[in-house]
Amino acid sequence: MSQDLFATFKTILVDTFGVPADDIAPEATFEALGLDSLDVVELTLVLEEETGVKLEDEELEDVRTVQDAIDKITEKQQAAA
Amino acid sequence: MNAPRNVVVTGMGLVTPAGRGVVDAWNGVLAGKAAATVDEELAAAGTPVTIACRVPAFDPDAEIGRGAKRRLDRFTHLGVMAAADAVADAGLGDPDADEPERIVATDPDLVGILLGSGIGGAETWADEYPRFIDKGPGRASPMFVPKMLSNTAAGTVAIRTGARGPNMTVNTACAAGASAIHLARDLIRSGSADVVLAGGVEAGITALSISAFAQMGALSRNPDPAAASRPFDVDRDGFVMGEGAGVLVLESEEHARRRGARLLATIAGAGASADAFHATAPPDDGGGAVLAIQRALDDAGIDPTSIGHLNAHGTSTPLNDAAEARAMRAVFGDHTDAIAVTSTKGVTGHLLGAAGAVEAAFAIQALREGLIPPTANLTTQDPEIALDVVAGEPRRVELEAVLSTSMGFGGQNSALVITRA
Repeated sequence: MSQDLFATFKTILVDTFGVPADDIAPEATFEALGLDSLDVVELTLVLEEETGVKLEDEELEDVRTVQDAIDKITEKQQAAA
Repeated sequence: MNAPRNVVVTGMGLVTPAGRGVVDAWNGVLAGKAAATVDEELAAAGTPVTIACRVPAFDPDAEIGRGAKRRLDRFTHLGVMAAADAVADAGLGDPDADEPERIVATDPDLVGILLGSGIGGAETWADEYPRFIDKGPGRASPMFVPKMLSNTAAGTVAIRTGARGPNMTVNTACAAGASAIHLARDLIRSGSADVVLAGGVEAGITALSISAFAQMGALSRNPDPAAASRPFDVDRDGFVMGEGAGVLVLESEEHARRRGARLLATIAGAGASADAFHATAPPDDGGGAVLAIQRALDDAGIDPTSIGHLNAHGTSTPLNDAAEARAMRAVFGDHTDAIAVTSTKGVTGHLLGAAGAVEAAFAIQALREGLIPPTANLTTQDPEIALDVVAGEPRRVELEAVLSTSMGFGGQNSALVITRA
């Protein structure tokens, strides 16, 4: 599942945000990928579309990297299952 | 009371359909060849008019940065480029720095930004609304608001230059670029700023806006892009929409001299008025324009006979061009015959909110070089237009003072008197 989520992230970051594919790694921070606070809000909207999981504002507080977001989404998916 | 501070121009940045940069854009209008093309995007959308004047291709990733490009509407892209060029031209930044447009030559707290825009983020509206209809309210982009707000160009220029002085956006439609220069001049005169980046930005060429402007009868229906924009010609039938940005660096003369800046010209007078008449049409006698021009001349305190050149609003619409000619005659009387007139819109199309700033820059070039660009496509001057309009080749004229006029939908008029520095 986590591998799939990483692939989803990669597609979104490349297609929607124009991040070069080579820059995208699980440990990359959104800041380092050139995303600002409004970009992260937009990212959560696209992620919700792709995964069905919505990350709320308070859940984003400690989400800094791609892996942080993957962990949070996985956690919510498992809780819902 | 201290005498009002004299305000000079110390730098210019132009991004226009006639070319990027002052030199290219100026050579473009001197060549007198229309920049209009059949726009592929409009043609694909089936708009009633498919002709427009785009700025030459540029690489936003390289010029603006990848993230910023996505976060900003095209009108802001163009404004950022023109402002960066103006900062460089005025010697306000450090060309060798990582961020060459950051202002280092003076206190950035006393550098203002005053831009005009008629429409703002038109492309963002055009792109986002269909997505909203398709995907629903939950997918409205948080980027929509900052992208479409018309003040984003001025705000973004401040972020990139570090200028923390007064920062405002003025909208007087097609007079906005000139209004911005007028108000920037006043900010410097009053001491609110030492330096102001003043100008206009517009990127309104979308299928929706072109269709609507066409429906109201404002756009030329000429199928030949090279011949469509023809100010003052008997066969003119509307304007060609353009896009672009022009930013002038205005500065108190004292401040400019202190830092050893090159003085390009003086903003000697500015005048504004309203027609108080109609949403889009000017009154036949050009009444509002008369007031704006008279006020600019009074403000400059010069003899009206020292005006040797007019860069006209000259949109190429039947009503505007005729009203403008009558307004000039009403103000200048017999001296009108001694004023060499051009409309650079024959080349660039109508840059709407950017027009007044870009044309002020062209008027400054004319003043400095003693050279007046021809009005493109003027083959048979409308006999109703009693003006000496330059056609065919550029004309060499010694100039002391020039005038640039702008008239916006809504009946908002602006006139600038520019003299040698």
